Amino acid sequence: MVTRHAEREATDQIFAALSDATRRDIVTRVLRDEASVSTLARHYDMSFAAVQKHVAVLERAHLVTKHRRGREQIVSGEVTTIRTAARLLGEYEEIWRGRIDRIDEILAEPAEGAAP
Amino acid sequence: MTVISTTPDTATLTLTIVAGLAAPPDRAWQIWVDPRQLERWWGPPTWPATFVQHDVVVDGRSSYYMTGPDGEKAHGWWRFLSVDEPHSLEFEDGFADDAGTPNPDMPTTHARVDLHGTADGTRMTVTSRFTTLEQMERLVAMGMVEGMTLAMGQIDDILVGV
Repeated sequence: MVTRHAEREATDQIFAALSDATRRDIVTRVLRDEASVSTLARHYDMSFAAVQKHVAVLERAHLVTKHRRGREQIVSGEVTTIRTAARLLGEYEEIWRGRIDRIDEILAEPAEGAAP
Repeated sequence: MTVISTTPDTATLTLTIVAGLAAPPDRAWQIWVDPRQLERWWGPPTWPATFVQHDVVVDGRSSYYMTGPDGEKAHGWWRFLSVDEPHSLEFEDGFADDAGTPNPDMPTTHARVDLHGTADGTRMTVTSRFTTLEQMERLVAMGMVEGMTLAMGQIDDILVGV
């Protein structure tokens, strides 16, 4: 149960982290290619400290990892976490495919008012 | 297979599914607004849905529950945000407690349905936007049972053919 609770908190964190447009943009960038916090900061109309805060939120949600290189902090994307979200969306898609198959069956029935 | 396309977006937690239906929009509209038709397809065969209330007007509510294989019930509610017959429908879909009272602590799914008339029927677009992964886990857990059952059935068919 403890593990399940921890998992739940982790997953909620992922979505809270991705609810912000700047953070989504940061994730997209660092998934493509790792970048230093200062390089990232140049892309946004906000202070270095504000960007650093966004990166910290993403780090807590395990969407990015940070490591030092000399005086710079390098941010890279965490592919595994993104995959979890992708897997869930894929499974939800299967639910909808099932629904649409059932809708087709209903629509294929003769006429409205006819016995099912 | 009438599903035309599916577009999952992991950044915004949105799934857009487009399907071609072999009936005009007026008829397709009925599968959403007639609760007896809706409950025949909303829940998978293993978790059938029962709509005890379905008030399709702006700010109107629906109250439903899904019954699992062991008789367990999962309650949910909808609240309609926009209704434009027979073109579009927008609603919130959330979890409720055993008495059917909406649970304010649980995140909701935002759903939008668009029906467009085409030469051979209706193009239906359903967009679902989630707020948390836990909510998706729950929805998926209920729906996945069906996927597995279907897969098993297909395996059986193959084995019979051998």
